[in-house]
Amino acid sequence: MSVKTLKIDGVEIAIEEGATILQAAREAGVHIPTLCHLDGVSDVGACRLCLVEIEGNNRLLPACVTEVIEGMVITANNPRLKEYRRMIVEMLFSEGNHVCAVCVANGNCQLQDLAIELGMDHSRFPYRFPERDVDLSHEQFAIDHNRCVLCTRCVRVCDEIEGAHVWDVGFRGAAAKVITGLNQPWGEVDACTSCGKCVDACPTGAIFRKGATVAEMDRDRNKLQFLVTAREKKEWTR
Amino acid sequence: MDLAELQEIGEKQRTDRPSIRVRCCTAAGCLSSKSDAIKKSLDTAVKEAGLEKEVEVCSVGCMKFCGRGPLVEVDPVGKIYEMVTPENAPSIISAIKGGKATAIELDRNHPFFTRQKPIVLENIGKIDPEQIEEYIGVGGYQQLYQVINDLPPAEVIEEITKSGLRGRGGAGYPTGLKWATVAKMPPGQKYVVCNADEGDPGAFMDRAVLESDPHRVLEGMAIAGYAIGASEGFIYVRAEYPLAIERLETAIKQAKKYGILGSQIFESTFDFKINIRIGAGAFVCGEETALISSIEGGRGNPRPRPPYPAQEGLWGCPTLINNVETFANIAAILREGAEWYASIGTEKSKGTKVFALTGKVNNNGLIEVPMGITLREIVEEMGGGIPGGEVKAVQTGGPSGGCIPASLLDTTVDYESLARVGSMMGSGGMVVMDGATSMVEVARFYMEFCRGETCGKCVPCRAGTVQMYHTLTKLLKGEATETDLERLKAMCDMVKNTSLCGLGQSAPNPVISTLRYFPEEYLSLLKKESLNGKVAVSS
Ligand SMILES: Cc1cc2nc3c(=O)[nH]c(=O)nc-3n(C[C@H](O)[C@H](O)[C@H](O)COP(=O)(O)O)c2cc1C
Ligand code: SF4
Ligand code: SF4
Ligand code: SF4
Ligand code: FES
Ligand code: FES
Repeated sequence: MSVKTLKIDGVEIAIEEGATILQAAREAGVHIPTLCHLDGVSDVGACRLCLVEIEGNNRLLPACVTEVIEGMVITANNPRLKEYRRMIVEMLFSEGNHVCAVCVANGNCQLQDLAIELGMDHSRFPYRFPERDVDLSHEQFAIDHNRCVLCTRCVRVCDEIEGAHVWDVGFRGAAAKVITGLNQPWGEVDACTSCGKCVDACPTGAIFRKGATVAEMDRDRNKLQFLVTAREKKEWTR
Repeated sequence: MDLAELQEIGEKQRTDRPSIRVRCCTAAGCLSSKSDAIKKSLDTAVKEAGLEKEVEVCSVGCMKFCGRGPLVEVDPVGKIYEMVTPENAPSIISAIKGGKATAIELDRNHPFFTRQKPIVLENIGKIDPEQIEEYIGVGGYQQLYQVINDLPPAEVIEEITKSGLRGRGGAGYPTGLKWATVAKMPPGQKYVVCNADEGDPGAFMDRAVLESDPHRVLEGMAIAGYAIGASEGFIYVRAEYPLAIERLETAIKQAKKYGILGSQIFESTFDFKINIRIGAGAFVCGEETALISSIEGGRGNPRPRPPYPAQEGLWGCPTLINNVETFANIAAILREGAEWYASIGTEKSKGTKVFALTGKVNNNGLIEVPMGITLREIVEEMGGGIPGGEVKAVQTGGPSGGCIPASLLDTTVDYESLARVGSMMGSGGMVVMDGATSMVEVARFYMEFCRGETCGKCVPCRAGTVQMYHTLTKLLKGEATETDLERLKAMCDMVKNTSLCGLGQSAPNPVISTLRYFPEEYLSLLKKESLNGKVAVSS
């Protein structure tokens, strides 16, 4: 396999061909914020937080789906990118109903982490207070659409790792939401094996275990990574 | 079938018919004003006058001057009647024999007609779209025959490249280069896709071509298939175009019967079949990766490119996607030669472009003009100006485009010039606006469209268009402050630069262009106390 050399935020790095800029950045120790990326499942480039500047290209490209090219010079962090990222997170907060104080994921939420990282102490955009529902029909789990950021990590995990494809996205624009089955209550979807992978995948408090109270919900994302490694490389130990 | 047989069908079609043809537009525009009843009334009148041997009434596609429809033309007398009703239709027939028609005659020497340069629209309104023999009668399918028999694929691509044709779907990517890219992919399953989604508000060019001359598009697609090494094609049409779908189905069936589509076309080794896929009519499905996903049966969501469809398209195979008008140019280019085509238009934008001219303009309709013509010539000469007023702006490019102010009406119509003034060619909607139009409201209209049409996959587009719409509404209500205006500008910049696909990347354009040319309209809407002593410009 051939190796590509490139520069990210001034750090030189060599990485195998076919790797993404995100992988390269992580190996080089350069932090790039992400939300829709989840190790072990496919990338969709939806949240746009990982956009980076590439010398000689006037378009911003998502690090999670862009393959490295020999000699690339990448800027992953600068004031412009930071401002865009902050606006994206602000828009997410004003789009849903994210009331951290009463959320099961408080303190263990990737959206919250992003807000802190990007210095977002309030949203400059007016809150939209959409009417969204909560589905408690599943025996063990529940989804609160008020906290969903539409990263589709649950969709991909359930489809690509569990193979059940319980989740999908329905409707469009502001009305878009993740649905279970054919937009049935989750508890009525026979395909669900109650494996809990979607629970582990969700970055926010949207999908949670019933019975968890405020700030109790911690997720074991390594479990998903472990399963992928186990299947792909036949390594069954952690 | 060989060339002689094909020509014979055409010859027979030309000689066996009555010498006088009364053409009645039955494309969607006129059909909505009941032109089918007019056709019936004309038929009855011919029968009653006992003129069946001399006069034939045929239904044809759009005759371009849709604003004055329903239209009826008498050929070779050379008269076109406007706003025909079933009641005055018989008088058109009696006028052939010296009577007086009660229908109003349209001036065919009007610049609306004379400034046109028909290539894509050469047969529109002249032939019956439901009869393949009529298309063959005007030389149709001869180019397909000839390339299969005489021209190696590489030379077909070379010819298209030399013609300088660029994609008519909006972005203007060089067509020859796209064909060459797909052709160079390793041999194997490849596809040709015709993008007939046409979602821009105000645009109806592609629909008119499909309803009026569907075989032209099929011929272009088959030639493309031959050139890139594909044996299967798809036409993706929106469900809102039932007449176009019906005529395409008829056309495909007829072509298959003659051995012009299907396997072993013209008894050669080239196979090409064409399937129709009906879309539910979402603007975003016109974006090529979303369109591919929709044809595959998935949700019409765009995905990041690369890989481009030319590398990985339908079911992972190399796929050529072109717009209806792009395909409609192909046969004419091969017939008349690349040099001929390249001699029309400007240095970087060759050939003609079809526009749907609408809005506050006297002459509404379908026009095909050589690139390089100015907006002023289109709006003032062809369009006949604005009823009782002056032009304020011309909107091109739909929700991805922008408003060009009257002061820039001398801008020429070509990809680069339109982009330079902050708009774009787009697929061909051209909306003329008068002094009474609020540009902020126009911006909000397009934002409302995008807000409703975004697929919702990525945050900047899904949430950004809602926030921008909200701010524009606040402005229009007189509740916005300077901070809101600044934020609106910041959102334009952010949504444009961070969205995943063309929809989000261009959604802010109508706002950006109106901010650029009509800033005083925005300022005058600001809440007075927010202006820090500065006086708002009143409109
Ligand atoms: C949101 C969006 C909508 C589009 N809609 C259309 C359409 O309706 N018809 C079309 O031909 N191209 C449309 N396009 C452009 C296509 O994605 C594609 O570039 C085009 O079909 C390529 O054909 P061409 O090279 O012949 O122009 C759209 C693009 C975007 C981003
Ligand atoms: S619990 Fe498992 S099977 Fe059920 S929806 Fe979640 S990931 Fe899919
Ligand atoms: S429920 Fe969670 S994982 Fe699924 S899309 Fe929403 S935020 Fe993402
Ligand atoms: S830019 Fe808009 S339409 Fe395109 S993928 Fe993102 S949300 Fe969907
Ligand atoms: S992590 Fe790359 S776009 Fe979301
Ligand atoms: S639809 Fe009849 S003239 Fe255009």
